[in-house]
Amino acid sequence: MSEPIKKFLYLNRRAPYGTIYAWESLEVVLIGAAFDQDVSLAFVEDGVYQLTKGQDTAGIGMKNFSPTYAALGDYEVKKIFVEQESMTARGLSLDDLQHLTWEDEDEDYAEKDSIQVVSRAELAALMEDADVVFSF
Amino acid sequence: MPIEVNGKSFETDEEGYLANINDWEPGVASVMAKEDDLELTDEHWDIINFLREYYEEYQIAPAVRVLTKAVGKKMGKDKGNSKYLYGLFPYGPAKQACRYAGLPKPTGCV
Repeated sequence: MSEPIKKFLYLNRRAPYGTIYAWESLEVVLIGAAFDQDVSLAFVEDGVYQLTKGQDTAGIGMKNFSPTYAALGDYEVKKIFVEQESMTARGLSLDDLQHLTWEDEDEDYAEKDSIQVVSRAELAALMEDADVVFSF
Repeated sequence: MPIEVNGKSFETDEEGYLANINDWEPGVASVMAKEDDLELTDEHWDIINFLREYYEEYQIAPAVRVLTKAVGKKMGKDKGNSKYLYGLFPYGPAKQACRYAGLPKPTGCV
């Protein structure tokens, strides 16, 4: 008997380094993606920094795991939401973030954008709609 | 248990994965394969090298499903399928090939 597919939302609220939350979240997402769930990621507050381009961790002696976000498309994670208000408050725009895509095998591997910028109200609705919310 | 390659000793974890990815050299793969009674062909090396490139780009070892799809895209559908990959690496294309490639155990691999 197969379980019904649940909607999982992974909420990322913290800066990428300094705590283990961001990397842990990404690992859980990659592991969870192997189990045919409906997966969405949301980035709010300092979590928006996780997706920024040009991260350099040489000075803090931690592994720069930001290239791994680009593998999310391979793992069929196609819905990545970034909150507009959080970006604005930090002087960031979509151009400061990595360009994340997924490839549509049915359309000859056409690249499609994974990141959608949403308002705080839209994000609240997404959280309401999810069956399970993991907050990191 | 460390493995011996060309007189050099390489540290591995309890499951036989190389402790430090940067230590890797092709001889590591050959020695590991010999222990599994496997002769490495060009087809094996294509996958091993592909995995090393994947790790270089994304900093993770891909899950088998992801590997299969990515190989299919790069090398064609006749290679991007489980039958072909399991034929090369009977202990599991991601697990076994990643180990030979000096990568950690794939993320999402139980």
